Amino acid sequence: MQSDLFPDAQPEASRPADGSRRSFMQQAGGILGFALASPIASQAETLAEKLGPNNPVVSGASPMQLTINGQVKNLTLEPRVTLLDALREYLDLTGTKKGCDHGQCGACTVHVDGQRINSCLTLAVMAKGKQITTIEGLAKGDDLHPMQEAFLKHDGFQCGYCTPGQIMSAVACVQEGHATTDGQCREWMSGNLCRCGAYPNILAAVREVAARG
Amino acid sequence: MNNFSYTQIATAKEATGRLKDLPQAAYIAGGTTLLDLMKANLLEPPQLVDINLLPFKGIEQTKDGLRIGAMERMNAVGEHPLVKEQFPAVSESLLLAASPQLRNMASIGGNILQRTRCGYFRDAAFPCNKRVPGSGCPALTGDHHNLAILGVSDTCIANAYPGDLSVALVALDAVLTLENAKGKQRQVPMTEFYLLPGTTPQRENVLEPGELIVAVTIPTTAHAKRSTYLKVRERASYAYALASAAVGLDVQSGTIRAARVALGGVGAQPWRSREAEKALVGQPATEATFKAAAAAALQGAKPREHNAYKVELAQNTLVRALQQVAGA
Repeated sequence: MQSDLFPDAQPEASRPADGSRRSFMQQAGGILGFALASPIASQAETLAEKLGPNNPVVSGASPMQLTINGQVKNLTLEPRVTLLDALREYLDLTGTKKGCDHGQCGACTVHVDGQRINSCLTLAVMAKGKQITTIEGLAKGDDLHPMQEAFLKHDGFQCGYCTPGQIMSAVACVQEGHATTDGQCREWMSGNLCRCGAYPNILAAVREVAARG
Repeated sequence: MNNFSYTQIATAKEATGRLKDLPQAAYIAGGTTLLDLMKANLLEPPQLVDINLLPFKGIEQTKDGLRIGAMERMNAVGEHPLVKEQFPAVSESLLLAASPQLRNMASIGGNILQRTRCGYFRDAAFPCNKRVPGSGCPALTGDHHNLAILGVSDTCIANAYPGDLSVALVALDAVLTLENAKGKQRQVPMTEFYLLPGTTPQRENVLEPGELIVAVTIPTTAHAKRSTYLKVRERASYAYALASAAVGLDVQSGTIRAARVALGGVGAQPWRSREAEKALVGQPATEATFKAAAAAALQGAKPREHNAYKVELAQNTLVRALQQVAGA
């Protein structure tokens, strides 16, 4: 079955030592991606010859650095890799969730240079040189962020899938000064959907943190 | 998404030059429309040209009004004190749109160029005269509950601009500054920027290939200061308008001296209604006047089976918006 999906993939013997499905998919996907890249890449490469060193054209998987939760990470990524996929698939930072992948649910919310954004509609290559904060970066060791504590106290989640995005959005919402009333808080948290319906408890958590100042 | 190449430029000359060399390339600013369409394989540019370093920034008072750089983000503009004070309709249209996260990413220039939400345009499995000229329009007899009733044709009934900002800009006589590949700038009024579908729905605006939006300038007037944007939708937030109205009034001693009206969600483009304005100017600022203006605004409507509700909805939305701004 896997040979149908990845006809160019190497046989069993070259599977990564840890045998994990994720690492196999990464390796196979990379090979397939390279096989498909050629026709478009050559057109862009010709253009690259015309351009000077001041405006390099990034074509195919290229090395880049992303600063995540204060740490510099070295990655080799194609330009089409979103920040969301870079976090989840290349850095094993799976706290940020993929809900809709089209900017319609907010589950992928992270901070870039202190601003909350949807990482599913952000290219990793365009996040270079910026400060990226994910849910994994909120706690200080075993000390939870006040927003995380508030979500626990107010039972602000059921299945937990929207929760990292809710918390990242909530932290920014309070910092922006957009949680001073229930109405304002609901409006400025409306970019994060919750199918379990934990909204009243999420609201209570965010408003408590906002009130504390 | 296709395996595109990527580059970042810092000057308009480099940007337009890149598009001249590679016409199928696409500019990317916030990317909230572009990447959404690329993920659905509706657009497959071989190269993305990152224009975020262009110096099209700033919100400043000029002799022609308030000038807003095209690279400014929606939240920053919507919350700016000068925008809130001089053009409440513009501020409201921005802050009622999308989500806070998207508004931190999306640029003013990109918002003006967003694409339709027609389900057939957004699904490559369907024919679509806008996406593939001549292939047909399934929306005519299909699901068109969210599509337009004004300015439509038998070739296309999409609301090509489903958003909010442009409705307010069209109402308040905003002017775009554009720059082309020769470095030449021109001014285009928002009311002349969008094109009706006619028989060429694939042409949505007057931009030349590779032309950039530099800034939008909104003239400072009394009727702009007394303005509002009312958005009616199926949810309280984070949804497109079924119908919306951007209105501005200058009322002296109970009589309307100047009026501006534009409708959203119901037109093939943001729908400036001179008919409504004519029915308002010189009249008392009363509900009877507003209802007459609303009837005039929807005169030429061509509703279909599933969007006929928009005729009454748009009229009521316009009346309520006028009442709100007259009461202010």
